[in-house]
Amino acid sequence: MALLTLSSPHAHGSNSTSKVMLTVILATLPGLAVTTGLFGFGTLVNLLLASVTALVTEALILKIRKRPIGFFLRDYSALLTGVLLGLALPPLAPWWITVVATAFAIIFAKQLYGGMGNNPFNPAMVGYALVLVSFPVQMTTNWAASSQMGVDPAGLGDALNAIFGGHVSDAFTGATPLDAYKHQIAAKTAEEVLKDSTFNGFLNGGWAWVNLAYLAGGIFLIWKRIISWHIPVSMLTALALCSLLLGWDSDMYTPLSLHLLSGATMIGAFFIATDPVSAATTPRGRLIYGAGTGIFLYLIRTWGAYPDAVAFSVLLMNFAAPFIDAYTQPRTYGHAKAARGLKKPGAK
Amino acid sequence: MAKSLQDISLDGLWNNNPALVQLLGLCPLLAVTGSVVNALGLGLATTLVLTGSNFSVSLIRNHVPDAVRLPAFVMIIASFVTVAELLMQAFTYELYAVLGIFIPLIVTNCSILGRADAFACKNPIIPSVIDGFMMGLGFTVVLCLLGAMREILGQGVVFSNMQLLFGPDAEHWKIVLFSNYPDFLFAILPPGAFVAMGLLIALKNVIDKRIKDAAARVEKVPTEAVSKRVRVTGKIS
Repeated sequence: MALLTLSSPHAHGSNSTSKVMLTVILATLPGLAVTTGLFGFGTLVNLLLASVTALVTEALILKIRKRPIGFFLRDYSALLTGVLLGLALPPLAPWWITVVATAFAIIFAKQLYGGMGNNPFNPAMVGYALVLVSFPVQMTTNWAASSQMGVDPAGLGDALNAIFGGHVSDAFTGATPLDAYKHQIAAKTAEEVLKDSTFNGFLNGGWAWVNLAYLAGGIFLIWKRIISWHIPVSMLTALALCSLLLGWDSDMYTPLSLHLLSGATMIGAFFIATDPVSAATTPRGRLIYGAGTGIFLYLIRTWGAYPDAVAFSVLLMNFAAPFIDAYTQPRTYGHAKAARGLKKPGAK
Repeated sequence: MAKSLQDISLDGLWNNNPALVQLLGLCPLLAVTGSVVNALGLGLATTLVLTGSNFSVSLIRNHVPDAVRLPAFVMIIASFVTVAELLMQAFTYELYAVLGIFIPLIVTNCSILGRADAFACKNPIIPSVIDGFMMGLGFTVVLCLLGAMREILGQGVVFSNMQLLFGPDAEHWKIVLFSNYPDFLFAILPPGAFVAMGLLIALKNVIDKRIKDAAARVEKVPTEAVSKRVRVTGKIS
């Protein structure tokens, strides 16, 4: 059968890898702006540092691997890894945390597996998980306090001093709402916990604004057809369902509003779980993948040792992505469905 | 077809290194290589067991029926592990306490039973002893390298706590490479051992490839020279 399709001027998509990556980076800008406005200049400095580290490491490894450097740097995937890490790391994290996380992400999670398109795990999250496991003190207690918590956010000088000089003033740091709620709810009622300055302002001390900004960026990406709706929607639905069914009592568990609009929920759902390389690719597979991520996110947040769990849940589902894809492959038109798994009784 | 002692030694240390090539005994390898002293302690104990078991197995190789050889080997290995354990309790008790369960677990180290079955029960005593010793040495070297990598990356120091193995004089052997180093937990935890191990295997493969390429170049050069030489003097025979 000839596969030539001649009629109609079939429009070509103009999306190249570099354009996709640049659009994703563009879509993080609202989040970046809000984070910088509320938490000070730390995020901006981190982001620049992570981006430079990512590009330099990528170029270095490409040189060692004798691959065309310019070609691969221009697809901006390394830059995106750097940008996502810069946004995900605590704003006032010491510079070496950012450098270690980014270099590990590019070298070990991406290039050692064969570079762009071959990494089974999301590089940014591998880097994040590495520093989260290795430096728990710096990673979980050094979050910047937001202006809505009654603190002036760190200015450029303070941020530079904290990141490169290691002088983190307590005035600029605070617990994250997820962390605070989880630890205080054991001894207090929901009403008492919410009196804490961490939860000042409109929904949880500025964190809701950050998440809403990423939500806006994510909707822009869906509108631009860069990502499909399947993963974010199923992930957020699964998270919400878990929270409603298992953690409905806000005197015992973190409430739904905090789950959805605090921590890394939105950046995770729209920017991290949707990584085209390491996520599942079939439509049904994406729904399963997203739901799995959401369920893990809830489980680890609620009963795990860490306050937030986007990195771990995404990495866990990365493991499962090839398996999910194999089982959810759509039937090719004109072919019988491929038989997979255990044989049904009676079938040949 | 018997191998020369030199080949046996080279096999144990490099070509057929138990840790880097056979990938045997990974459990203790990954679990106790948090520091050089732990690695060295376990490596020495393993070497002792390996040498002793190879010696004994080779000694009785003509008297044990094939059907029961494995239980017999395991009995021998277990006895040597007990000896090693008692020796460590007697002379380096603190290190014994640190290594804990991994000393008795040497008995399950596949490389020991592997050498007994693959080499010692088919070869005379001297090659068997050399094989056991060299395999143990190769294992120990890899353990120490891993230990050093993880100690440096994890804590910024190397050769700490050497007094556990070498007496109080060794206390100041500790070299602080970076003062004020934040503990890099990943390197201390088992995942760090997997990564470090992967890097070592990769390094060995790179070196092997370099050696092979160099050898190929040396072989290639003369043949080209011969084919291009134009004969200008002498008789053609």
